[in-house]
Amino acid sequence: MTRSLHPGAWWAWALLLATAATRTTNPLLLGLLLGVVAFVVAGRRGPRGNRAFGFFVRLGVLVLAMRLVFEALFGSSLPGHVLVRLPSVPLPSALAGLRIGGPLTAESLVSAGYGGLQLATLLICVGAANSLASPRRLLRSLPGALYELGVAVTVAMSFAPQLVLAGSRVRRARRLRGKSTSGLRGWIGSALPVLQDGLESSIELAAAMDSRGFGRRGATSRTKARVASSALLIGLLAVAAAMYGLLATGAPAAVGLPLLLGGSATAAAAVLLGGHGVVRTKYRPDRWGGPEWLVTLAGGAAVFGVIAAGRVAPGSLHTGAYPIVAPALPWPAVAGVALALLPAFVSTKPPLPRRAERGELIGVVR
Amino acid sequence: MIRFDQVSFRYADAENPTLRDVDLEIPDGELVLVIGHTGAGKSTFLRAVNGLAPHFTGGTLTGRVSVDGRDTRLNPPRELADVVGYVGQDPLSGFATDTVEEELAYAMESLGFDAAVMRRRVEETLDLLGLSALRDRPLVELSSGQQQRVAIGSVLTAGPRVLVLDEPTSALDPPAAEEVLAALTRLVHDLGMTVVLAEHRLERVVQYADRVLHVVPDGTVVDDTPVSAMRHAPVAPPVVELGRLVGWQPLPLSVRDARRAAAPLKERLARIAKPRQLDRRVGAVVARARNLVVRYGDVVALAGVDLDVAAGEVVALMGRNGAGKSTLLASFVGLLSPARGEVSVDGKPPHRLASSEIVRLVGLVPQEPADLFCAESVSDELSADGHGELAHQLLARLSPDVDVASHPRDLSEGQRLAVALALVLAAAPPLLLLDEPTRGLDYPAKARLVAVLREYADAGTAIVIATHDVELAADVATRTVVLADGEVVADGPTADVVTASPAFAPQVAKILHPLPWLTVAQVRAGLEASAL
Repeated sequence: MTRSLHPGAWWAWALLLATAATRTTNPLLLGLLLGVVAFVVAGRRGPRGNRAFGFFVRLGVLVLAMRLVFEALFGSSLPGHVLVRLPSVPLPSALAGLRIGGPLTAESLVSAGYGGLQLATLLICVGAANSLASPRRLLRSLPGALYELGVAVTVAMSFAPQLVLAGSRVRRARRLRGKSTSGLRGWIGSALPVLQDGLESSIELAAAMDSRGFGRRGATSRTKARVASSALLIGLLAVAAAMYGLLATGAPAAVGLPLLLGGSATAAAAVLLGGHGVVRTKYRPDRWGGPEWLVTLAGGAAVFGVIAAGRVAPGSLHTGAYPIVAPALPWPAVAGVALALLPAFVSTKPPLPRRAERGELIGVVR
Repeated sequence: MIRFDQVSFRYADAENPTLRDVDLEIPDGELVLVIGHTGAGKSTFLRAVNGLAPHFTGGTLTGRVSVDGRDTRLNPPRELADVVGYVGQDPLSGFATDTVEEELAYAMESLGFDAAVMRRRVEETLDLLGLSALRDRPLVELSSGQQQRVAIGSVLTAGPRVLVLDEPTSALDPPAAEEVLAALTRLVHDLGMTVVLAEHRLERVVQYADRVLHVVPDGTVVDDTPVSAMRHAPVAPPVVELGRLVGWQPLPLSVRDARRAAAPLKERLARIAKPRQLDRRVGAVVARARNLVVRYGDVVALAGVDLDVAAGEVVALMGRNGAGKSTLLASFVGLLSPARGEVSVDGKPPHRLASSEIVRLVGLVPQEPADLFCAESVSDELSADGHGELAHQLLARLSPDVDVASHPRDLSEGQRLAVALALVLAAAPPLLLLDEPTRGLDYPAKARLVAVLREYADAGTAIVIATHDVELAADVATRTVVLADGEVVADGPTADVVTASPAFAPQVAKILHPLPWLTVAQVRAGLEASAL
């Protein structure tokens, strides 16, 4: 039987790979991570995932390029092989730490490139999550207690593109009356009708949702709901703090790990408590089974491999740029990242969307 | 099924009640049509059925509305979702999810249906409304007729006994409207549902109605049978007007019934030479498109259109939703640049002109007339372009009941259109473009619009109207152009074009086929002339 993988598994996998990327600036490892992500996305992306991935890849490249340009223009000039001397702007002594232009060394460029590559890899991992399972699908599988949050996000996500459309429509209409659409006055003039439009359609949406039974309260008492939501908030804050501790290399794992576990437990309890007595049901819920566990574990393997490499061969995760040396290739990290390729084989291909007949597509796009 | 017990309703800051002493009962299994002038309170009446008024709209409701024995005062709309399904005017703004299947399941999810039941109901509804080929498609990519059917399906899955619809076919082209109406009659006939709907396009629905509720401007509601309502109603479709003119008994409501009664009339008309055509002295060419190609990204919206519009001409631009009508209008005002070919107004390419110059040459009333508004009151709006006095006069002719002190956004759809039209007409551009000008207009408002347009055309304005309203085209257009897939597929005198196509033929033409009479006014004039 083919079914699409639970969106949570894809997001967990992609975010774990991103976590692995935060621990290393080794260009070989980052390249390997990118290869794995691209390979899996190529085989398993959802019907509309192509655009999301492409967008994030372009964003990643842009970030890398900007990092290099900024380094060249404003970077701290460190000694090394000077590639080119850019015209420099003398700055007053009060701004002593700053520099514009001046000599550009190969070392500083390479170092900036490593940093930029890491950021780009992070972004591309997020893009992979987006293209493998749309965030809307992920929101759909939120537990009952978080349902209202999910609706708010979904509505906001459809609201933004509508606002853009309304904006261009109103600006066009203003041009028809010979009104300016540029400058502050023109901007305010067209912003008001757009916002009014947006408000009106939000109210329409609220009325439509209400008439379809949205917000029916089950047996949950008000106190219980409040306790649940505050417990959830505390739990999530604890998880966030723990994540920071774990990701920022150098913080003691002894503090981060218990905080993470405790926070997750609090959040989970809150979700269970709040979900109790909710009348809602789910249409075609995504299931979590063997393949989902495998995919999540494959992502975990990459993180584990990278951490292990840090223990086995300290320094191999961060390739030095002063002087420029060939990057090392620590075997635990390579093995871990290679394991992350598993989803390309264990997961099912997403079911192909049923093609619309040509005739139907015509009225559509315009 | 639905009971109104001495119901009055007044909006928070209104002087007069919108509904007054409404006392009626709608039994199970009826298709009820709600009619009335623009802004008379039809929507308020519909919203009162499922409790959106007053729970959502604000205002005070006195008396008692109950549906299936449940009082709307005690039950907000969400608690009534399993008895009443409500579909608003704009289906797209009511969608809460992004694909067809999820939207259909949404109401059931909120009501806590069992997973197996949901699966079955979604499948049944997909089949019932003919949506099964579209199940995975994103809602924004559907055509408006399909969106309307999804909106109906999305309330239907919860299994309500009553369906309430606010103008379900007004924005649709004739074939899409027929799709939706066919689905609705099927619900009434096969499932025994009670359907309550408001509609301005009476010619589309009155023949299916079991009952007509007329919302009078003073707020009372008159409960009547369709035939008797149509005999007296100030708003009536052409088929009824023709029946009233000729004195047919019983009064036919559908084209089919009218055709069966029409044989003597046809004989009489055949002896009269010919209907007086909308003939107009045509001046110089004002707008011209030559092999015009317009693209949105990869999508070709216009694929080589040739069109000349001369001064004094009224051209009706028809074709299904998405055929390229609005794109063609947008090219004439220079909002879009041609990918190939050329477009010119008064000999100049509009997309190269400054916006101040375009305003003098072309006036466009867009599909959402409110987009044009930028002032805080109707009066300021009309005076904003320096033709204040004329604009006020025009508005008084087009829609006498508009309060010029009110905010333009507080007007009903028909009134907004009148304000936008007055604004644009006051500038007296040589080329006037109207995009769907009859949405939300009742028959008297339409008649006023037609009178004003004729006057401007006689004075030498070139007018292009993109419309789905075949009756309007028959009434005012000297020429009709049909677009399909961005190409011109028919272009000629209105009488020839609309009678040649079953979808675009006006009711009178259908009744008197194959005689070339298009409107009741023509028939009236013809009969009067022959009687002399």
